[in-house]
Amino acid sequence: MIVQARVFRNSYRDSVELMRIAAEIEALGGITRAGLVMATPANREVLQEAGLLAEAALDAGPNDLVVAVAADGEAAAEIALGRAAERLSGADGGTTADAVRTSWRTIAEGIADLGGADVALISTPGTYATAEALKALKRGINVFLFSDNVPIEDEIELKNLAVARDLLLMGPDCGTAILDGVPLGFANAVRRGGIGLIGASGTGLQQVSCLIDRAGAGISQAIGVGGRDLDDRVGGTMMLAALRRLDADPGTRVIVLISKPPGAAVARLVVEMAGSLTTPVVVNFLGGDPAVVREFGLIPARTFEAAANAAAALSLGEPIPDETDADAKADATADAKADVTADAGPHAASAEAIARLQPGQWRIRGLFAGGSLSGEAKLMLGWALGAEAARTHEILDLGDDEYTVGRPHPMIDPRLRNEHIAAAADDPSTAVILLDVVLGYGANADPAGALVPAIRDARQRATQAGRHLVVVASVCGTDADLQGRSSQEAILAAAGVILARSNAQAAGIAAAIAAATGHAGSGRAIGGASDGAGSAGTTATSIGTGPGATL
Amino acid sequence: MTDPKPMTSRLFPQEVRAINVGLAMFAEAPAAHGATVATLDWRPPAEGDRDIGLLLARLEDDPADPVGRQVADANAAALSRLLGAQPLLVDVRPASEAIGLVGRQLLHSGPPIPWNRMCGPVRGAIVGAILFEGWTSTAAQAEELAESGAIAFAPCHHHATVGPMAGVVSPSMPVVVVENAPGGTRAHATLNEGLGKVLRFGAYDASVLERLRWFRDVLGPTLSATLQASGPIDLRSLTGQALQMGDEGHNRNIASTSLFVRMLAPWIVRTTEATAAASVLDFLRGNDHFFLNLSMAACKSALDAAHGIPGSSVVTAMTRNGVDFGIRLSGTGDRWFTSPVGVPDGLYFPGYGPEDANPDLGDSAITETFGIGGFAMAAAPAIVRFVGGTAADALEFTRLMGRITLGRNPAYALPSLAFAGTPTGIDARRVVDSGIAPVINTGIAHRQAGIGQIGAGIARAPLGCFSEGIRELAASVGLAAGGTVNGHTATARSDR
Repeated sequence: MIVQARVFRNSYRDSVELMRIAAEIEALGGITRAGLVMATPANREVLQEAGLLAEAALDAGPNDLVVAVAADGEAAAEIALGRAAERLSGADGGTTADAVRTSWRTIAEGIADLGGADVALISTPGTYATAEALKALKRGINVFLFSDNVPIEDEIELKNLAVARDLLLMGPDCGTAILDGVPLGFANAVRRGGIGLIGASGTGLQQVSCLIDRAGAGISQAIGVGGRDLDDRVGGTMMLAALRRLDADPGTRVIVLISKPPGAAVARLVVEMAGSLTTPVVVNFLGGDPAVVREFGLIPARTFEAAANAAAALSLGEPIPDETDADAKADATADAKADVTADAGPHAASAEAIARLQPGQWRIRGLFAGGSLSGEAKLMLGWALGAEAARTHEILDLGDDEYTVGRPHPMIDPRLRNEHIAAAADDPSTAVILLDVVLGYGANADPAGALVPAIRDARQRATQAGRHLVVVASVCGTDADLQGRSSQEAILAAAGVILARSNAQAAGIAAAIAAATGHAGSGRAIGGASDGAGSAGTTATSIGTGPGATL
Repeated sequence: MTDPKPMTSRLFPQEVRAINVGLAMFAEAPAAHGATVATLDWRPPAEGDRDIGLLLARLEDDPADPVGRQVADANAAALSRLLGAQPLLVDVRPASEAIGLVGRQLLHSGPPIPWNRMCGPVRGAIVGAILFEGWTSTAAQAEELAESGAIAFAPCHHHATVGPMAGVVSPSMPVVVVENAPGGTRAHATLNEGLGKVLRFGAYDASVLERLRWFRDVLGPTLSATLQASGPIDLRSLTGQALQMGDEGHNRNIASTSLFVRMLAPWIVRTTEATAAASVLDFLRGNDHFFLNLSMAACKSALDAAHGIPGSSVVTAMTRNGVDFGIRLSGTGDRWFTSPVGVPDGLYFPGYGPEDANPDLGDSAITETFGIGGFAMAAAPAIVRFVGGTAADALEFTRLMGRITLGRNPAYALPSLAFAGTPTGIDARRVVDSGIAPVINTGIAHRQAGIGQIGAGIARAPLGCFSEGIRELAASVGLAAGGTVNGHTATARSDR
């Protein structure tokens, strides 16, 4: 085993991009470990701990990029370092130390180069994002702010400035948007149409846009506003601005609002404004009170799917489906029953699976790449099983900072989630692994293909231990996406995965399976005694304190 | 079933134009859907200092913001004063008279520095100047005198003067007087001594002192009398011609010197006794860099005219004393912002190498500050070896400097760039935002006094002093690091 490094002086790259390249070269033959970092003191320590601080990198400074590999031999190391260099130069052609041959460096230069600009996509580290966003707004261009870790005070200032200049400040931590048919960030290729989306949630927006596409309708604009927009301190500034913008847009006939439930004051501001518009508005405040929505003449939707269906119906001039009426569907087991009648496929498969579960298998392990999708799944479990029982299951948002420090996001790189799948399979209490598979720009080129080896392996290990493992998944994407929804679904189906048409349906199926196991922790619908082993398992592997389990 | 709604929804009037700042992969999706995307080669501004980066954003040109408007207007005014400069060489006078140096006062290059921090070549030049003035009779006594505090040291820049390398000016030395009437400024520089053993590299042996006496007694008075006869010489026009003849106005001055001598020779002969005239013409013929000091004084006269405009981020001085690199901004008055100065990246005369080199030295970076020298590399294919070796490299350097300047100087047209002017008006904001450091063509001095020039090459200005300049400029217009946008505006108002 040898360790070799190459230093690229004065070459800055964002850590996300570096990790993508690291993952790629780590997959090369003969490479056991790879690290690509800016040689800050902290990163040097990381390299040191990883045993990757090669001699060549000893004098690298914070402005220098270090590529280090641990390899079986010189040849493998050379190939890997060469590949890294290739990837680094391929990104924009400006990675060598020769400062003269770089492309444009500042927003002002970029605008001059294009002869004017409409939007700046900002994905720098959060520390620097405010300054870049300010520069863009001052020059009169809208901002799509993907960066996270932007202080809320900065967000408030930026949004106030944006409103004063009649501009959009989408973010911070904004994952997706579609403006004039152009996808930004992690977006799906959806049909254009008359439905305008405004969302404080990234994968929520993606899910709604894909389900609208699937229902035959299309998107006029999709505007992300950042997860904190409806926080009391920000006051929904950008959601209100986006509402005004879309109401004035002749191409938008229906508006959908998507967010976690805001505080009462902000909720009132938003629904009041939405209620005053001429455009009909569907409101999906995930887990929020539908009464206040209805009070202002708006259409409440309990799930992303319900929001998509309602908007599609309005847009297509069809009656709004019943399922949108939250009161009539307060109980998700009813939802699950309705699903059985509407779409027998996945439920038939789950009925067959239930029969094969062993005593002691009862728990749902939701391993999510999409934060909003995991949030929706938690809500669904709560509705289906009761809050207390739902807490005994595990729904993890693996895209959360807690899991992604120093690691690529699971939407990009499957390794983190695959590790969790293996661990879940080895837990004898696991009955169902619940997954989301997000397609579109920015996502892994073949997320289903990247998951399948881990799924097969997990099922095989469970079988060897005498258990049957149920895997339920939904694919968030369209057939126009690069990955193609149908082909991704086919890959999963071939691995025995039960496929749902939406995340909400997938969670409903998982809940129904859990309920059917008869375990005490599995829901109010179930009576009778629990078996001792299951209870012990609950205690031993309690996940009630983890962030993923907070409902 | 399809959506009956026609696709008329538009936020933007035409196809989407996007700037991608950060992850390169984010350009793919919009580009695949018909958007035009410019992906920046972004890096954290101000070398990663978040506070300075925010101040930069708040100092951006912005007609809708009081600060942004002030900075934009101030810079426009500064640029117009730079471009409007008309430097004329009007006379050559003793420094005592022209600059008003009195008693035991000596000027040196670069930002202020006490004797005990000065580098070898500057100390040598100071010893030489003391001996030349006759304040002591030995070098050892001269050092003692300098050490004793009995000599008042000041930067040339504090007296509307610039000097190459050590830049030492003493009261009896003749200096050129350059007048920029539109800007209401005058600037001065010593006379160039040529190469070899010269005071500006810290040499002070008999030949050096002898030359200085000849400057005082013959060359200075001759040039003065000649200029009275010929009338003022238009340095802008002369420089403009020289830039089309292969000079860049800093490291290559052979064209400008030749033009200057051609212009002056008949008047020298008419006004001067034959032996003296011959010695003056011989000296000028043998010194390819004679015009450098005139070029420097011309640049200084233009930059001083652009100095002192509140809110302006235009750099009005870049200079080095062999220890520190210092800059001044138009909007921050007499403050110097300094960073440690490095050894230039260069080519060495045989027998010498980087280990012999003194860190970068001299006021001659005033030429780059005004947009020639390293900024005008495109004009000087003969010296492209300093910047990579090909004419294309030279063009790239000038283009690169165009990215940190506010405008182009039409008086200095560059044929190789389709007669675009030299990049003029360094904007400290752009330097700090882009991390593109001004490039400076420079001679390399031996670190020991008196050995002289051992090479030439290029230096890049250190970025730290520009960041500090931005911090001070921001404070001067009422912004403070770490506060909020709205808070800043409020502070700005209450300060006035």
